[in-house]
Amino acid sequence: MMKQSTRAFVGGLAVLLTVACSGRGEPAAPAQSGSGSGSAAPVAAGAEIRMDGSSTLLPLGEAVAEEFQKQRPSRVTVRASGTGGGFQKFCNGELDIAGASRPIRPAESKACADKGVGFVEIAVAYDALSVVVNPQNSWVDFMTVDELKRMWEPDAQKRVTKWSQVRSSWPDEEIRLFGAGVDSGTYDYFTKAIVGSEHASRGDYTSSEDDNVLVQGVSTDKLALGFFGYSYFAESAGKLRVVPIDDGVAANGPGPVSPSPATVLAGTYQPLARPLFVYVSVASLGRAEVKELVAFYVSNAARLSREVGFIPLAVSTSAAVQRRFAAGKKGTLFADGSAVGAKLDEVLKLAEVAVADGSGSGAPAPK
Amino acid sequence: MGEIVFRGLCLAAVVLPVVSLLALLAAVAAEGIGRLDADFVMRFPSRIASAAGILPALVGSVVLVLLTMLIAVPVSVGSALYLEEYGKRGRFAGVIEVNITNLAGVPSVIYGLLGLEIFVRFLSLRQSLIAGALTLSLLVMPVIITASRESIRMVPQALREAALGMGATRWSMVRSVVLPMAAPGMITGSILALSRAFGESAPLIIVGAATFITFLPDGVMSSYSTLPIQIFNWVSRPQEAFQANAAAGIVVLLAAVLCLNAVAVLVRHRLQRPRI
Repeated sequence: MMKQSTRAFVGGLAVLLTVACSGRGEPAAPAQSGSGSGSAAPVAAGAEIRMDGSSTLLPLGEAVAEEFQKQRPSRVTVRASGTGGGFQKFCNGELDIAGASRPIRPAESKACADKGVGFVEIAVAYDALSVVVNPQNSWVDFMTVDELKRMWEPDAQKRVTKWSQVRSSWPDEEIRLFGAGVDSGTYDYFTKAIVGSEHASRGDYTSSEDDNVLVQGVSTDKLALGFFGYSYFAESAGKLRVVPIDDGVAANGPGPVSPSPATVLAGTYQPLARPLFVYVSVASLGRAEVKELVAFYVSNAARLSREVGFIPLAVSTSAAVQRRFAAGKKGTLFADGSAVGAKLDEVLKLAEVAVADGSGSGAPAPK
Repeated sequence: MGEIVFRGLCLAAVVLPVVSLLALLAAVAAEGIGRLDADFVMRFPSRIASAAGILPALVGSVVLVLLTMLIAVPVSVGSALYLEEYGKRGRFAGVIEVNITNLAGVPSVIYGLLGLEIFVRFLSLRQSLIAGALTLSLLVMPVIITASRESIRMVPQALREAALGMGATRWSMVRSVVLPMAAPGMITGSILALSRAFGESAPLIIVGAATFITFLPDGVMSSYSTLPIQIFNWVSRPQEAFQANAAAGIVVLLAAVLCLNAVAVLVRHRLQRPRI
């Protein structure tokens, strides 16, 4: 009996050694075959297509991966490190495709350039950040961007705590705020659009990376106000009431506007309608399977984004995106790293005109 | 009077956690039971909730924990044996001891960050099974080492002295007296630590377990997903139908952890039967 257990122990050690050796041996194998065929692609392991980035975009990435693999046998993996975390890995050459709920920042562009990672920027869908209150909230009829700013700016911390401080006709009761976690692209976009500078807001609100927690919070608290992606509002419409937003710009439609596919496409739901992007590494586009996947992504984005709860690009915008991808245009159209207030079709048109004029490859940054 | 109050408090301390645990289990089971069938376990994930399954996540979890076991258990048992039987007691041993105890309390995310830098980037293991298993090994080793040392200390000193007194070498004393007697405790500690690893998600997200994958791991360098990550992904979806999937996934996860723990109990009982 004693001998047996000793043997089992030694046997376990032997197995461990074998595993350790095979673990060491395997990474060498693809490297050898890689050097043989002369391709020095950094992402060669099993010809896997690696997608990562924005967790907002995850459902769309999954849908594309799922459908693409039905068509063409391949190994696609999707991860969700967040927009910022995704760009970090992307610029480190660890990914083929990075999803982003905001355009790449100048600092991130530079990090990519330093590592020699070129990229193609592709707009795939819209999301509408929706500001919501509890259905029992009877006083909020709409909000202006200024009122939202007064509620969310850093100075509001511990000072703006009552609804009456935002608009005097509102009740003298506590505001309970719910919003995206500070590491998310959603937070970056909301703060840039409402407060005016990215990453600046009060800290005394309930934050969560899981939007369902926010839905739950607002739907059970009469005094709550929160913001999150359109799909979370659309799926819980009965439990939440959406707040129409007035940006005070007559050109974007006069008066308050509620988020919906129609208002987002018409460009009147401003400034909280945001485009979602994928960034594809130029080196990876040299691999046939990646190129096919991206082409599939671009041409099926409308159908699949509707299925997972995003707002598809207008047909003409989508066509411009496809032309830009087919022409192999590199770099970003948002040189200042912000898409707040930008109208995609105009930005794309400007870029095409700039190329037609021969006035250089750099597209003008939208203001 | 005092005793009655104390008994009441103790009873409450037993009843409250058990009742809340049962309530939680009942709620999860009620929500997930409708989705639990063979298809759910045998299918790949999908954006269509009713067609989605957990196969790659379940297989990934099992393979990952097996790999973790193969790496962590021998190393931990070896280090426990060294610390208890071979190492000299002194300042150095004291430092190691304090460190091991501290490491057992480090949040798991920290191990994830360590794994990302060492295994994923420095050793270029990329986002592979082996990188995940090595990271989880770091996480469970302090626990297994501590449990193993405890069970080695339970071996009566008289038996060691008897073996040495009969002319046994230190190695044969360790092999035929200490190890067999300490084995049940070591195995129990290992399995409990591994069932913790089975439910771990934070460090694995950092070292790059995939959220969506439609193939099974085919080697230690393969990409993988795990059950907790699949559940986390479904829980954060807006569509109600995915919540049921998450609940069903939780039931499978709990069942798997329960099986692991049951194995721990069985093994201990078998090995604790009188020998000779």
